[in-house]
Amino acid sequence: MNNSNSDNNPAIATKELTLNMGPQHPATHGVLRLVLDLNGETIVKCTPYVGYLHRGVEKLAENRNYMQILPLTDRLDYISAMSNNLGYCVAVEKLFDIELPERTEYIRTIVGELSRIVNHLLWLATHALDIGAMTVFLYCFREREKILDLFERLCGARLTVSYPRIGGLKNDVDAQWLEDLYAFTDEFPMRVEQYETLINKNRIWLRRTKGIGVISAEEAINWGLSGPTLRGSGVPYDVRKVTSYGVYDKVKWEVCTGKNGDIYDRYRVRMDEFGQSTSIIRQCIEQIPQGPIMADAPKFTLPAKDKVLTDMEHLIHHFVLITKGPQTAPEGELYVSTEVPKGELGFFFVSDGTGKPYRMRVRSPSFVHVSALPRLCEGEFVADIIANIGSIDIVLGECDR
Amino acid sequence: MPETLWTVLKVFIVVNVVMLHVAYVVYFERKVIGHMQARLGPMRVGWHGLLQPIADGIKLFFKEDIIPSSADKPVFYIAPVIGVIAAIASFAVIPMWEGFSLANINIGILYLLALSSIGSYSIILGGWASNSKYSFLGGLRSSAQVISYEIAMGMSLVGVMMLSGSANLTDIVNAQSQTWFIVSQPVAFFVFLMAAVAETNRTPFDLPEAETELVAGYATEYSGFRYGLFFMAEYAGMFAMSAVATVCFFGGWKGPDVWFLASIPGVVWFLLKIYGFIFFYFWIRATLPRYRYDQLMGLGWKLFIPLALANIIFTGLIKLL
Repeated sequence: MNNSNSDNNPAIATKELTLNMGPQHPATHGVLRLVLDLNGETIVKCTPYVGYLHRGVEKLAENRNYMQILPLTDRLDYISAMSNNLGYCVAVEKLFDIELPERTEYIRTIVGELSRIVNHLLWLATHALDIGAMTVFLYCFREREKILDLFERLCGARLTVSYPRIGGLKNDVDAQWLEDLYAFTDEFPMRVEQYETLINKNRIWLRRTKGIGVISAEEAINWGLSGPTLRGSGVPYDVRKVTSYGVYDKVKWEVCTGKNGDIYDRYRVRMDEFGQSTSIIRQCIEQIPQGPIMADAPKFTLPAKDKVLTDMEHLIHHFVLITKGPQTAPEGELYVSTEVPKGELGFFFVSDGTGKPYRMRVRSPSFVHVSALPRLCEGEFVADIIANIGSIDIVLGECDR
Repeated sequence: MPETLWTVLKVFIVVNVVMLHVAYVVYFERKVIGHMQARLGPMRVGWHGLLQPIADGIKLFFKEDIIPSSADKPVFYIAPVIGVIAAIASFAVIPMWEGFSLANINIGILYLLALSSIGSYSIILGGWASNSKYSFLGGLRSSAQVISYEIAMGMSLVGVMMLSGSANLTDIVNAQSQTWFIVSQPVAFFVFLMAAVAETNRTPFDLPEAETELVAGYATEYSGFRYGLFFMAEYAGMFAMSAVATVCFFGGWKGPDVWFLASIPGVVWFLLKIYGFIFFYFWIRATLPRYRYDQLMGLGWKLFIPLALANIIFTGLIKLL
């Protein structure tokens, strides 16, 4: 395969093979396009092209009021829509300075962690399939289905949930739902063990992942990586620990980190997060208090239905909120980030005082991670690029926005 | 003249039996892997999806045969045909029961090895003629893989030939009346098994068609029945390799000579053993990830070939003493 023999012979010209991988390719996780320069099977140069899933979410947001933007955030990272909704709501609540009831914080933490499990299940499924382990793929989907069913019972939607609301939630959870979820968390660690028996000690898996796509802690920070991709290099940075949202300060959990920064360590970090998320959910269900689920925020919270039907002021309030939404917002600029399964998802708002954001900018982890892909792949083999794409866990909906 | 007619009839029957097996082994694979993966496999066409292979065959047959405009057309046409012919022709020398093989030739093993090499031409030519980069890479991978694993495979069979003193497959089976060669040649069997998986491009050595890297490898540009031919060649090749493993290591048509088991005809034992190997193929496909290209080559040259060589030396020493 190597052209080294003919390098010295001037009669034979050798040049790199340019291979266009994607946007229609089974393993580029959506519509990522990579242009690879290959020497034999070794990657000399890798150039990612993004934008094939660009829908202008940020621009669309400028023409909508804060309530109407929420469903757009579902479509960022459609695999973990719940986390994106939460990230958006947390940011807007910070802008409007809304204090949430305690029960809401607990439920939000529960669904946020569920969404992390869903995301990591899909990641494991596709990552394993990329490396050729087909069975893990279907086992993961079995559990993912159960969580999606829980989402469906909770809010009627499975994928694009739009369950959180600014200042609260769409609806309360019932006791049966929590009970079923608790039963699921009983069973889930056994399932994770099952995946691990299939791949964890598999020599082929280890040879495909250990020592491949290595990035040091310092470099990972410089590239702006976040989430499990960063923690795989041994940096214990987790937005859930650093800033306060949800009830992450009231439950016991650890930040999972790797050591070597290779594909295997990034894989381990995510596998460990299954355990942490399950434990967080269990503690939340045990501690969850009773109470209201919407904050006392007249700009976003609808008035009580019985008052709307009997009282003129409340009727008008309801009508204005539904038809026009909030008319004013505090002026200024604000950046709030949350830890979504893929990394640090940040929302940056420029507010000019009207009910619509002057500018909304999304800092999506996938976009940053794609930019680091050439650094991870160059000098390695074609097969490694697939493993690397899997290990940085990107989704193009979020990358292109 | 009746002699010739009889031979033609025999060939016709064997080819048809093989083709039927090839059609239904795909169904079997989908069912086996389906159940291993907590799903059902085909269920819709016929009872428990039993007519699925026929539906698939009809579909492939009537699909448009798309040929890329920049392809090397004659080579593109002929490549899958070479594969199928090579795979099916292997069955000519396989002894299926006592005294029955289409051609009882004295160089049976060499013939089989030669045909499996010819089979790899179909992949190389198919990949080359498609004039597509993915097909090209698939074809290159295949040529490298097949060449290196062929050596290991050939050498693993040397031990068998030394023990039986013949390259005639019927003689090899008869030499296993007492003990199967799996007992006396376990290392050779291991090397043969791995090489057979690699030769037929199955997981974990399915690099030439690694769908997550090379889309469909050498078959990327093929469609319709030409693609179906590649498919048939792969599965017929699996049967051929399983048959060789059965004949060379598992006593061919011979079953245990005890109780009522002795009255079961040899062809049943032969088929059961082959089905066992086929099941093994599916089992590892459902379990293992895929090797990387350089790791696969390393494994072939640094592990299997030395092992096979050591086995030959060891067998020779034992025979001398």
